[in-house]
Amino acid sequence: MKIAVCVSNVPDTATRIKIGSDGKSIDPAGVTFIINPYDEYAIEEALKTKEKFGAGEVVILTLGGDGSKETIRKALAMGADSAVLLKDDNPRDSIGIAKALADEIKTMGAELVFMGKQSVDYDNSIVGQLTSELLGYNCVTVAVTFELNDRQIIAEREIEGGREVVQTSLPAIITCQKGLNEPRYASLKGIMAAKKKTIEEKPAKEVAASTEILKMYLPPPKQAGRILGTDSSAVPELVRLLKEEAKVI
Amino acid sequence: MVKKILAVLEQREGTLKKSAFEVTSLTAKLASEIGCEAEAVVVGSEINNLNETAKHGVSKLTHLKNDQLQNYSSSAYTEAISNYANQSGADVLILSNTALGKDLAPRIAVKLDAGCLMDCIKLDASNELIATRPIYAGKALMDVKLSTDKKIISIRPNVFKAESSNSREPEISVKEISSPNLSSKVTEFKKAEGKLDVAEADIIVSGGRGIKGPENFHLIEELADALGAAVGASRAVVDAGWRPHREQVGQTGKTVSPTLYVACGISGAIQHLAGMSSSKYIVAINKDKDAPIFNIADYGLAGDLFEVLPVLTEEIKKVK
Repeated sequence: MKIAVCVSNVPDTATRIKIGSDGKSIDPAGVTFIINPYDEYAIEEALKTKEKFGAGEVVILTLGGDGSKETIRKALAMGADSAVLLKDDNPRDSIGIAKALADEIKTMGAELVFMGKQSVDYDNSIVGQLTSELLGYNCVTVAVTFELNDRQIIAEREIEGGREVVQTSLPAIITCQKGLNEPRYASLKGIMAAKKKTIEEKPAKEVAASTEILKMYLPPPKQAGRILGTDSSAVPELVRLLKEEAKVI
Repeated sequence: MVKKILAVLEQREGTLKKSAFEVTSLTAKLASEIGCEAEAVVVGSEINNLNETAKHGVSKLTHLKNDQLQNYSSSAYTEAISNYANQSGADVLILSNTALGKDLAPRIAVKLDAGCLMDCIKLDASNELIATRPIYAGKALMDVKLSTDKKIISIRPNVFKAESSNSREPEISVKEISSPNLSSKVTEFKKAEGKLDVAEADIIVSGGRGIKGPENFHLIEELADALGAAVGASRAVVDAGWRPHREQVGQTGKTVSPTLYVACGISGAIQHLAGMSSSKYIVAINKDKDAPIFNIADYGLAGDLFEVLPVLTEEIKKVK
């Protein structure tokens, strides 16, 4: 079975975001790009699934420019077999991304697809669902457990106040949440092997944009407030302010 | 031109959620600004508080009903709502950005060939429909519009208020959904320990590394209980295995906007601040007076949380 893992390249979460000169994008200068943190759970789950069945192929699928190759190598170093880079240097909206991914997933014939539950840049959390709907696949989002038996899937997804147990079947897309597994570190052997693995490059399917970004900006800075004291003698004043000034208790 | 806005409501265990009324209130407001029709739709089995939508701005409500659809089914809910949106001639659909809303909105978008904007915190309908949404977990914002004819919008819970309006007579119609597509279905809900979820809470008390160990988290829990708050945690605490991930606030956890956020023993790493700095009021309790959390806190207590928290909990109990 071919298992695809969609991986995206995002600014490190420790990045301080600056707005670019066009006022519609972020300034990439000095930004370190990493594997989207949730995609690491996706890679791990794909590798575990392949190991459990003792057969299959894990293919990394990324949409982006040449700058994504380093991230792809890291995914290959964790143990994925090969990678496809759908080339597009321009940012796309979620539907544009999903259409390109769906097109390639269909071409490669992957019946099981893992990806992060969201990428920590635009935070839409919808590419998995869009892709599944375009392909007519089932989809479980925000998965914290995953079990595959024959073609039947049982997965738990995190929702407000608990977990839903979802029953579905292949073909399917699973979007992964922290807690699903403990992603492995790439071994030295894995890193060496990754250098020899192929990254197939092809142009991403062209699609019209459905969204238009008008403006990007930083939120107004929050005013630093008052330090009321250094021990519990300041507690009555804090409680008074919460009650009378903020009116939140 | 927008012709009709459809509020897509969420029920859990047969009761419409508070976030559903945030959606109806916003739908009513936008519809009156634009001068278009508004109605609401919900999928479920028995639902006990359908009349309340009329009190929150939208009187026309369609209940798409089937005994097998009390629990969420992505396949069946998608079909039912997409079909209804087509029949009703709605061209804008609004949902809450809850776990269900996030799962459902994009699927409906594909079915309707609509564009989709998630987690919006402001909507301006004065000219075209322009949405403001946080990106990079709130480190930046963007104003964005959809170029598609049909539009799906999800709104962040707790941001748009559920307003009560002049009570109108509810017009509720029930449509039976025959043979729903259950290719994907929820078979069970496993309730988590802890009373409130950070994603939905009005008040959150969070603990960080300053709490020193999981055995001390009862101090956080006791204050949370006194305030009727949810318990949150920093990434450091979750990564150390002291607390479950569902409590994590920040860029790789949950982005929250409660009325009151109490950060205890949290220094304020940039990825934590991103997830909570849009809270209305922030209280920080931390030994280090130079901790970045004090830069965004309304009220700070630069003291030892082990000494401060028990006193604070007692004082809160007295005034509540």
